[in-house]
Amino acid sequence: MSDVTSDTALAAAKSAKVETPFQRFRAEFFESKIATVALGVFLIIVLLAILAPWITPQNPYDLAQVSVMDGRLPPGSEAFDGYTMWLGSDGSGRDLYSAILYGLRISLTVGLASGVIALLIGMAIGLIAAYAGGRIEAFIMRIVDLQLSFPASLVALMMVAALGKGVDKIILALVIAQWAYYARTVRATALVERGKEYVEAAQCLGISRSRVVFRHILPNCMAPLIVVGTVQTASAISLEATLSFLGVGLPQTEPSIGVLIANGFEYMLSGRYWISVFPGVALLLTVVSINLVGDHLRDVLNPRLRK
Amino acid sequence: MTVFIIRRMLQALLVVFLMSVIVFFGVNIVGDPVYMLVSPDADQADIEAAIARLGLDRPIWEQYWLFLKGAAQGDLGNSFIFGEPALKLILHHMPATMELAFSALILAIVIGIPLGLYAGLYPDSRISKGIMAASIFGFSLPTFWVGLMLIMLFAVELRWVPATGRGDLGSFLGFQSSLFTLDGLSHLFLPALNLALLKISLAIRLTRAGVREAMGQDYVKYARAKGLSTRRIILVHVMKNIMIPVVTVMGLEFGSLIGFSVVTETIFAWPGMGKLLIDAILQLDRPVVVAYLMIIVLFFVLINLIVDILYSILDPRVRLQDQGA
Amino acid sequence: MRKLTAATAVAFGILAIGAGAASAEKLTVGLASEPTSLDPHFHNLGPNNAMSVHIFDRLIAQDEKQRLSPGLAVSWQPIDDLTWEFKLREGVKFHDGSDFTADDVVCTMARAPEVPNSPSGYGTYLKGKEVIKIDDYTVHFKTEAPYPLMGNDISTIPVISEAGCAATTEEFNAGTAAIGTGPFKFQSYTPGESIVLTRNDDYWGDAPIWSEVEFRPITSGPSRVASLLAGDVDMISGVPTTDIATLEGNSDIQLSQGVSNRVIYLHMDQFRENSPFVKANGGGDIVNPLLDVRVRKAISMAINRDAIVERVMEGVALPAGQLLPEGFFGVSDKLDVVAYDPDGAKALLAEAGYPDGFELTIHGPNDRYINDAKIAEAIAQMLTRVGIKTAVETMPRSVYFGRASTGSPDGLPEFSFILVGWGAGSGEASSPLKSLIHTFDKDAGFGSSNRGRHSDPETDALIEEALATVDDAKRQELLAQATERAIENVAIIPTHFQVNTWAAQTGLSYVARTDEYTLATGVVKE
Repeated sequence: MSDVTSDTALAAAKSAKVETPFQRFRAEFFESKIATVALGVFLIIVLLAILAPWITPQNPYDLAQVSVMDGRLPPGSEAFDGYTMWLGSDGSGRDLYSAILYGLRISLTVGLASGVIALLIGMAIGLIAAYAGGRIEAFIMRIVDLQLSFPASLVALMMVAALGKGVDKIILALVIAQWAYYARTVRATALVERGKEYVEAAQCLGISRSRVVFRHILPNCMAPLIVVGTVQTASAISLEATLSFLGVGLPQTEPSIGVLIANGFEYMLSGRYWISVFPGVALLLTVVSINLVGDHLRDVLNPRLRK
Repeated sequence: MTVFIIRRMLQALLVVFLMSVIVFFGVNIVGDPVYMLVSPDADQADIEAAIARLGLDRPIWEQYWLFLKGAAQGDLGNSFIFGEPALKLILHHMPATMELAFSALILAIVIGIPLGLYAGLYPDSRISKGIMAASIFGFSLPTFWVGLMLIMLFAVELRWVPATGRGDLGSFLGFQSSLFTLDGLSHLFLPALNLALLKISLAIRLTRAGVREAMGQDYVKYARAKGLSTRRIILVHVMKNIMIPVVTVMGLEFGSLIGFSVVTETIFAWPGMGKLLIDAILQLDRPVVVAYLMIIVLFFVLINLIVDILYSILDPRVRLQDQGA
Repeated sequence: MRKLTAATAVAFGILAIGAGAASAEKLTVGLASEPTSLDPHFHNLGPNNAMSVHIFDRLIAQDEKQRLSPGLAVSWQPIDDLTWEFKLREGVKFHDGSDFTADDVVCTMARAPEVPNSPSGYGTYLKGKEVIKIDDYTVHFKTEAPYPLMGNDISTIPVISEAGCAATTEEFNAGTAAIGTGPFKFQSYTPGESIVLTRNDDYWGDAPIWSEVEFRPITSGPSRVASLLAGDVDMISGVPTTDIATLEGNSDIQLSQGVSNRVIYLHMDQFRENSPFVKANGGGDIVNPLLDVRVRKAISMAINRDAIVERVMEGVALPAGQLLPEGFFGVSDKLDVVAYDPDGAKALLAEAGYPDGFELTIHGPNDRYINDAKIAEAIAQMLTRVGIKTAVETMPRSVYFGRASTGSPDGLPEFSFILVGWGAGSGEASSPLKSLIHTFDKDAGFGSSNRGRHSDPETDALIEEALATVDDAKRQELLAQATERAIENVAIIPTHFQVNTWAAQTGLSYVARTDEYTLATGVVKE
């Protein structure tokens, strides 16, 4: 009986507060012009990536549409099949505009998928630690510490070396390299929340531990998790590019942004600037916009910096 | 204390053992080194002989057992490609990587902290905004791309420093390092800067955040009220409070510097162990890949242990116990 | 800044003049691939062999076109069907001052195939040969059957001194055992960083013009080019095709180019009714069309070799119609490059019963040959345009070659249609014929790289006859015939010959070599 009432009471009490923080959050977020623009740019990039098949003249993965005769054409050239290559073409004859949008699909998929999966796994493990406490918590956190002390780039490199190439494998490698960041974040927040009065109150009222964890601790972890998530997603996208540069990333034939840049690397001294510069700009815009949003989120969500 | 250290050592051993299983079986599933190693002129019998010589004809669990037996005696196997002990190869390449990572760390602290301090003290000035924007670029640009740009600018166009390679070694207090010769330093500058970029950004951001937080704290207000000069407040009180966490975090980033040195070493033809690792991965020199990982794991486990012990000495509130364990 | 450059150049000029005719000059070379060891018998690999040429002579040398010329042997000829007699050069001294004699030859030939831990030794070239010392300057090589390629085989074996025969690979790497008769002496070796050699002033042949040579491995292509532009190195090997056009326009840089002995070609599955990567349109099963010579011919006609050379290789390659470029021993003068004819290809496919084509996957490496992944893509594009829907899968060589050789569950080649390259180490046509075209025969050691398992008894007979014919003119004719028949049957589809490029500071030039070696002795001042 008390279970129900107290829960609703708590929820009511919280919901009354929740309205204002969200509005305040929104107001504060859009206060920053840079962050607003960055969010806009990121959304446009995502939109372009999603719409790629409908707004590009060429499917760069369909070899019937790609011709080596079109290779290395400067921006504005006309392609074999008649359309204009506004950003030029790469060494294999892919229209760079098309290749970049398709590449963004892969890079964003890799970044977001690895981010979300790592977030879920890290969150679950962090919550288990927070929930179980005692030996299990100590054990889990030792593993987390160890993993964190090990550079993510090396972990990913090792994993790819052991797993082989492919989108699924890269995602797996990135998840393995990154889950610990989320676990640590969740657990740290959980520790803080666990000490707060409302949790103590809830416990006194006899609310089950799992309920406390899922209904009260978890929502409070979301803010820091989102911040960590943006930063980690950006770094996952960069890391994929780096792995591709090292020759252990994604396959050449269906290039991600990272592979396009890695291929463009060969052309950096050749005077054909467009092959490396345009994919580079696309990556930069993506990563910078995510980082700017994340950065600002951190400021907004950090109570200690609140005016 | 002793019990703690022993327990942690045992844990470390367990971790190293688990890693060896994962990596050994992992790298042994991918690819086939034999066809890369044998000369194309080799006929079928030669190829079989090579497989037998490298021990690849044995079942994988037997290979692993042989590896473990060797590892227990400090022998991590012979490199397929160089024919020398993998451990020796890695230790030989280690100083170059260490001096690169160390220099990058110093650069990051020396460049990053002052810039971060400025950006934290005057958050609304144009310069600060410039610094922060640059720092965002600092960790968004791919290292390899920046690396080649640095070479093009400083080595090819300006010809201030050499493009690639490691310079002459000097000797100081028994250490051999290119840090101790002018030629060595000129070779070191670009790769160290390239590797440091990411960490410079990090140092800027950490310092700025620390300063901004500190400036709102009571002790600063109190110091102000007491009439201390701004200069003194910042240099003595604020810096004291932010330096420790910033330097600690930067120190912890040393590992990631070693990780990223793989890229920098590839671009700058720096003869470190990162280059050795990526070559070993690409050429399936399995013993080197496994040995590298063993060494790195051991290295980090030890660093962790030392950090924990140091903490307990510095901060009596931290007890050398695993909570509940 | 340009001033600074000019000043440096002037300073160097003065230095060079100051050094004068004593020619105390140092050459620094940036290498695309690093030798794995200084033990000349440890690893039979291009970069290792190239490095060992500096320190160790062979009995028979190969010139820049891989023609044989006297090395430590002044003559070699068969004295009967089963014996070759080698007369050794007298008065040659090793770097440690000891004399070169037949004993060194005997112990070299014993050590070369037997180096511990060697991933790929020289046994291939010494199999079935017995070395007998006749006197200090005469040795006999005995074989079980008449063997015409004795000279080619022996030209691959670096000669070490008797003192070094017992040495380990580590001792060679440390320099203590790296004692040969070659034009340069060991100075220092730091793996991953540099190999430094100094001139052997007592060299028996033409003394090198460089008093000291430093080789520095710079594996990343753009970095290597940048090092040359920055003046860190005097010369680089393996200039990326992408940078050649820019370097040609740079007056500070001089390029040297030459065709290599490496042909890039396609192997097609010719031994399975159901080939794993050949499907009917829509993905259903199909009887392997590659078994039909008309289909293979159609594929060859569908490939625009000029486009590959011009667009993918940036003009730095030669279209190929056979196994070796002209000028090599055993090359046929009757074979032309197959002309690009997409309509003819479609017609031929229709005639073979595939008017709508079929589906195929081309597999290739992406880090082995110049622009390999791009070539595979270009070929796939071309085939797709004549109706053979071709997918591309490229992978690192570490994965590729194993799968291409023995990747299927029963230990057979896994793929159906692959891109590969072949460098004729011996510098004549029997090398590719024996390994790529001859029927796979494990016991006889034939067809070891025949990953398409093409098999034609008549071609086999020609190859085997050639390999037992000591008379050069006759052998040349037999090799040419075998090549013609193999191309006629489309055993493989050659696409192009690689052209290698070296770049040096103006004033230096390199004598390009077909074997892709980078030799300090080939760098000349103008």
